[in-house]
Amino acid sequence: MTDRTMQNLLQGKAIGRTEIEDMVVVPLFAVIMALLLGALTMLATNIDLSTIGRSYIALLDGSVGSLNAISETLTAAAPLILAGLGLALGFRAGLFNIGAEGQIVVGGLAAVVTGFSFAALPSFVLLPMSLFAGAVAGALYASIAGWLRAATGAHEVISTIMLNLISFRLLDYMLSLPFVQKEGRADPISKSVPDAAELPRLLSAVDPNLRVHAGVFVVMIMVVVVYWLLFRSKLGFEFRASGENPKAARFAGIHSGVIIVAAMAVAGALAGLAGANQVLGVLGRATPGFSAGIGFDAIAVALLGRSHPVGVVFAGLLFGALEAGGRQMQVDAGVSIDLIGIIQALIIVFIAAPLLVRAIFPWGFRHKKGGA
Amino acid sequence: MINPQSDAGHRRQTTVTGIVLIGLAILMALLMAPDAAGNATFRLSRPNDAWPVPNLVVPSGPFIYVIAAILAFLGVRQFMRGGARWALLSLGIGLAFAVGAFLVWATAGKAFSLTGMLQATMVRAVPIALGALAGVLSERVAVVNIAIEGMLLAGAFTGALVGSLAGGIGGLAAAIAVGGLFGFILAALVVTYRMDQIIAGVVINLFVLGLTSYVSSQVFSEYRHLNNAPVFRSVKIPILGDIPVIGPMFFNQNVFVYGALVMVAVSTYYLFYTRHGLRARAVGEHPRAADTLGINVYRTRYINVTVAGMVAGFGGAWFTLGSVGRFDEGMTGGRGFIGLAAMIFGRWHPVGALAAALVFGFADSLQQKLALLQTPIPSEFLAMAPYIATIIVVAGLVGRARAPAADGKPYVKE
Repeated sequence: MTDRTMQNLLQGKAIGRTEIEDMVVVPLFAVIMALLLGALTMLATNIDLSTIGRSYIALLDGSVGSLNAISETLTAAAPLILAGLGLALGFRAGLFNIGAEGQIVVGGLAAVVTGFSFAALPSFVLLPMSLFAGAVAGALYASIAGWLRAATGAHEVISTIMLNLISFRLLDYMLSLPFVQKEGRADPISKSVPDAAELPRLLSAVDPNLRVHAGVFVVMIMVVVVYWLLFRSKLGFEFRASGENPKAARFAGIHSGVIIVAAMAVAGALAGLAGANQVLGVLGRATPGFSAGIGFDAIAVALLGRSHPVGVVFAGLLFGALEAGGRQMQVDAGVSIDLIGIIQALIIVFIAAPLLVRAIFPWGFRHKKGGA
Repeated sequence: MINPQSDAGHRRQTTVTGIVLIGLAILMALLMAPDAAGNATFRLSRPNDAWPVPNLVVPSGPFIYVIAAILAFLGVRQFMRGGARWALLSLGIGLAFAVGAFLVWATAGKAFSLTGMLQATMVRAVPIALGALAGVLSERVAVVNIAIEGMLLAGAFTGALVGSLAGGIGGLAAAIAVGGLFGFILAALVVTYRMDQIIAGVVINLFVLGLTSYVSSQVFSEYRHLNNAPVFRSVKIPILGDIPVIGPMFFNQNVFVYGALVMVAVSTYYLFYTRHGLRARAVGEHPRAADTLGINVYRTRYINVTVAGMVAGFGGAWFTLGSVGRFDEGMTGGRGFIGLAAMIFGRWHPVGALAAALVFGFADSLQQKLALLQTPIPSEFLAMAPYIATIIVVAGLVGRARAPAADGKPYVKE
């Protein structure tokens, strides 16, 4: 139903009252409720009201209150959207891919290694090449799980979890190899990528501290590509058909094995790109744990965006804003950034369970039998 | 998708098993055996044991050759007539032998306490087994439980907090209660509010991680006495605890190990030998039919998922009250997800889940011991081994393991 709503919106068709409730009222209630419950949590941990007020002002200020804040929000949102797009595509194909984290690690690692190995190349060759290497590595790593599912039926939830755990160890190992490790360092840290491989910062002319980088263009391109792939291409139709009804899809002549591997590969490529985006745009090198849970947050982003590319963009921006605002909140009000995790979880609860929101705020909705 | 029961699928499984076994045999004969010099000594008892057992001394080179020969035999058998029937059994036996040979190779010329490692295996298996058991209990009523990780974490946190204030027993009880609360929340979200089960699980994980990390960095960092819980000590069961080799593993442990063993037994009895268990399984296989027969599907799901939460809460308390007495952010480190793997690996059966958890626990403690033995293999690869083994086993076992038919599907009463 939401899907149709999205389509209608995109095609400029008029939308009805219930659709507005779904698109605007529910998310709004969700955010307000989550912030209220977040405030209650702070009260419960002995934080006085004025500090709570200050922390929410800081949250707003740090996410959209200034150019720097918007830059931070976009920087935080970019990898979430990229990985979230991949996961959304997997969900559409009926695959629950928990492996974005591992694919980010592998993709980021490949991008870094490509970046510093071909440091002599000019930027317009090296940067696309590094991004591409990240995407390919992520795609290959994800297709292991896809292939296992297609060939043996091994459930992708298990194999992607295991591949995540394997990728962390692989990262630790790779970072201690002489050709990856930074010269003269004993701790596991990779060589830095040359400037030519870095995603250029967009607003350094205004202020060199603004971190927003060219990765946002990669994100925009990918949103369009994924939208086209899912809703305008034959492959995307086959993805969605296999996800909606695998049996019917098989009888219609769709090779489910090929589709599973392809869907995992595309999802992995996007997650790999998210990893490359992180190392080439923000960090400049690979360190242990550089993936920082982006792959897990991206699951929430994809779910919140209802597995639709446009929804994923908004969900990613919301999570990016909370992330950036949370850092400000920690600095200004001394409230731990972990509060953001609580707020994020509550937002998803209220959005993913419209029946719950309707039960809490019955007056906000026109009464409708049977629920959403 | 390939139906593993079909002939083609079966034949392929056989071929793969054969190739894996022969490959392992060649690897051992060519790489490990020539490298192994001297005897491998396994200590089977500790200095002040009641019934001392002499050390097990294995000549490492010949032993590995013998194992390689057995593996080669098992592998070749796969390609002969009738081999297909024994494919999975052969793979299991072969992998067990391979692990044994690997241990001997790593220990060659050194000594190594087998008893100690088995004891550590059991300890490390506990949270995984309890997580897997929580998964079994809720998936048997067709509620997919991704939230095990969050429930473990909630149990660990509550155990530390309440344990610091009210002592170990109080902490344990509170951890069980809070685990049950999150089980109830999961049930409410998916049964009453018909939220997608996987989303609900992911959300609970996120929420618990956020809440516990928040409190630990906001409160525990300031009030340290709130995060200083007593630890349950091991209690040795007389006589049984003195059995050589396996005695310390099963009968000289703390309350969590005994609790896990008892819970596995009780839940097996409950699920497969009582009326309520039969009803629960009916709800998981075919809720509409169960409903028609007068079973209250919603109530059954609520009760089972809440109990599953309590089991996971108990398992979570192991992290704090059973080992370090202190809570750290995200200290469960993915054990809940490994528990989920153990559940599938154990075919949605409590005893299978325990066995699978023991395999993970074994791999975990093996990796630690091997780091001490200084093998030439980088420790990262040793750490990966259990995960790779899981993938292989899950891929090889599919077709034999079947989830409850209605797993993951919401039920709407007509």
